[in-house]
Amino acid sequence: MPMLPDSHGRFGSYGGRYVPETLMPALLELEAEYAAAKRDRRFQTDLGYYLKHYVGRPTSLYRADRLTKKLGGAKIYLKREDLCHTGAHKINNAIGQVLLALRMKKRRIIAETGAGQHGVATATAAAMFGLQCEIYMGTEDMQRQALNVFRMRLLGATVTGVDAGSRTLKDAISEAMRDWTTNVRTTHYVLGSVLGAHPYPMMIRDFQAIIGREARKQILSAEKRLPDYLVACVGGGSNSIGIFHAFLRDPKVKMIGVEAGGLGIESGKHAARFSGGKPGVLQGTMTYLLQDENGQINLTHSVSAGLDYAAVGPEHSLYHDQGRIEYTYATDAEALAAFDLLAREEGIVPALESAHAIAHVVKLAPKLKKSQLIIANLSGRGDKDVQQVARMRGASL
Amino acid sequence: MSGRLEATFDGLRQRGQKALIAYLMAGDPGLAETEQLVLALEQAGADIIELGVPFSDPIADGPVIQQAAERALRNGTSLRKILASVTSLRQRTNIPIILMLYYNSIHAMGCEEFCNAAKAAGVDGLIVPDMPPDEAGPLKVPADAAGLALIFLLAPTSTADRRKLVAKESHGFVYYVSLTGITGAKLSNVGDIQHNIDKLRKVSTAPVAVGFGVATPEDAARVSKMADGVIVGSAIVKRIASHQQDPRMIGHVAEFVRSLKAAMVSA
Repeated sequence: MPMLPDSHGRFGSYGGRYVPETLMPALLELEAEYAAAKRDRRFQTDLGYYLKHYVGRPTSLYRADRLTKKLGGAKIYLKREDLCHTGAHKINNAIGQVLLALRMKKRRIIAETGAGQHGVATATAAAMFGLQCEIYMGTEDMQRQALNVFRMRLLGATVTGVDAGSRTLKDAISEAMRDWTTNVRTTHYVLGSVLGAHPYPMMIRDFQAIIGREARKQILSAEKRLPDYLVACVGGGSNSIGIFHAFLRDPKVKMIGVEAGGLGIESGKHAARFSGGKPGVLQGTMTYLLQDENGQINLTHSVSAGLDYAAVGPEHSLYHDQGRIEYTYATDAEALAAFDLLAREEGIVPALESAHAIAHVVKLAPKLKKSQLIIANLSGRGDKDVQQVARMRGASL
Repeated sequence: MSGRLEATFDGLRQRGQKALIAYLMAGDPGLAETEQLVLALEQAGADIIELGVPFSDPIADGPVIQQAAERALRNGTSLRKILASVTSLRQRTNIPIILMLYYNSIHAMGCEEFCNAAKAAGVDGLIVPDMPPDEAGPLKVPADAAGLALIFLLAPTSTADRRKLVAKESHGFVYYVSLTGITGAKLSNVGDIQHNIDKLRKVSTAPVAVGFGVATPEDAARVSKMADGVIVGSAIVKRIASHQQDPRMIGHVAEFVRSLKAAMVSA
């Protein structure tokens, strides 16, 4: 398997660098700086230190006995990224990128956020290193993730609402790109998923690949063998590529990415790019997009703000075409049922994003033999979603 | 390359003038108005027309052009309809017309089909703000074959290497982005513009047009002393936006363009 991406930031025909010229020098600088940091023992030691003592890594690989019993098939393990500081895997990347910003002597950090998890992680890392921080968030998302908005402000970040388009993640990314274009000399843009122009999809994947490296070691230690299936939800695709990456060269390990099926594919209200999209260019990268016949980007829908996005990371597009990873979707209703199930069976309230992965496990596990192994990536915890779910069910808090 | 673009810059040079490049969002408020605006702005002194193709997610544009794109999309404007408008305009005017469009609009139609259709309609050049020369491969060959000038942008942040690359790849003219930012931002550091154009002139003989942030006749006059052309976008689109329902909208916009050109001529 060749090293991906190639020197042009391509994963096969996907990826690349489709940005205004103003940003090209910054992307080239970031690429060079990241390459240098990767070889720099000091950088790697610092990163390792913060991941261990600040984030709390390694996260555990937990054997979910009651869920396994309930579903009556394969043995299920959960990779507990919900136990990371700030409650999701997003902090792995935020710490890495903020350390890079410090190397580049950029004292201002900006980020976009959908569910708020990446915004909280970035605001946290910025606070810890004493950097100025501004987070862009769609106003629709600010409403459904009000708790995270307050958390970011508590951490000293400025949260700027974006009222354009669908007022969700896509619009927040566009606005963050515009800010970066304007302030590129002093500002580093901490993109939160394996999206955007090269080197972001590669760099963010590398920062998240620790999830899979740990999981591989942990399952080998617990079961003396590799899992049969990995399951993870796919919004931009950072937690999924994070857990999948260390297993890509293991042909017997099947991998399933679960997109947001929203109200169902036929309703048109979803964010399942591989079920309803085709390749195009959005926000810096060539990848699968939900778009109309004129190339206008479609509005998306998901109960989960973190999966509610019209594009998917370019590396996923390649693995989709190659058939190396299978992509499916779970609907809002299925994710909400999985949210309840995991809370009651295991005492873990998952993020609504991660609940999409659990929803697929619910379909998959009963079809497998008891001797088979599934690892689901529990990318985040659901505290942030409790208010929204309560509201949907008419409970007043 | 495009005969009309070259002839326009040559003619202006002989008269000792600079090109006024007027940007319109195609389909705002409607394509019929866009066609009338093109003709009226030509009468008012615009030398080249840049037609924006509305896109749902315009990352290089500020709020004025974003909102114009939203209005145009709401009334059903599409790339194919815009090309039909250009075809119709070509019966009535010979003014060079450049399309400014995001790459996904081209990709959705297919590079080759798009270039052929644009050429047949009478388009002279293309500006694709999210496509640096590094990514232009698939568009270059069909654009060259169709005789469409691919115009690239150079920014204040561009390094010497980037400057050489943009100078080498850009046809028709080089679009110098006056500021580190998005369209419609406030013009700043005019001294930097001169400095960067001087550096560009050392590696390129192509005309240089300056855009982003040129909002007033005074701005246009100052910038025209440094460059071969001045691009005015958001300031025009803003006037269209504020006169959407006004029957005298076209007259207002033409009057503004006349004042831009007058300031440039007497600069």
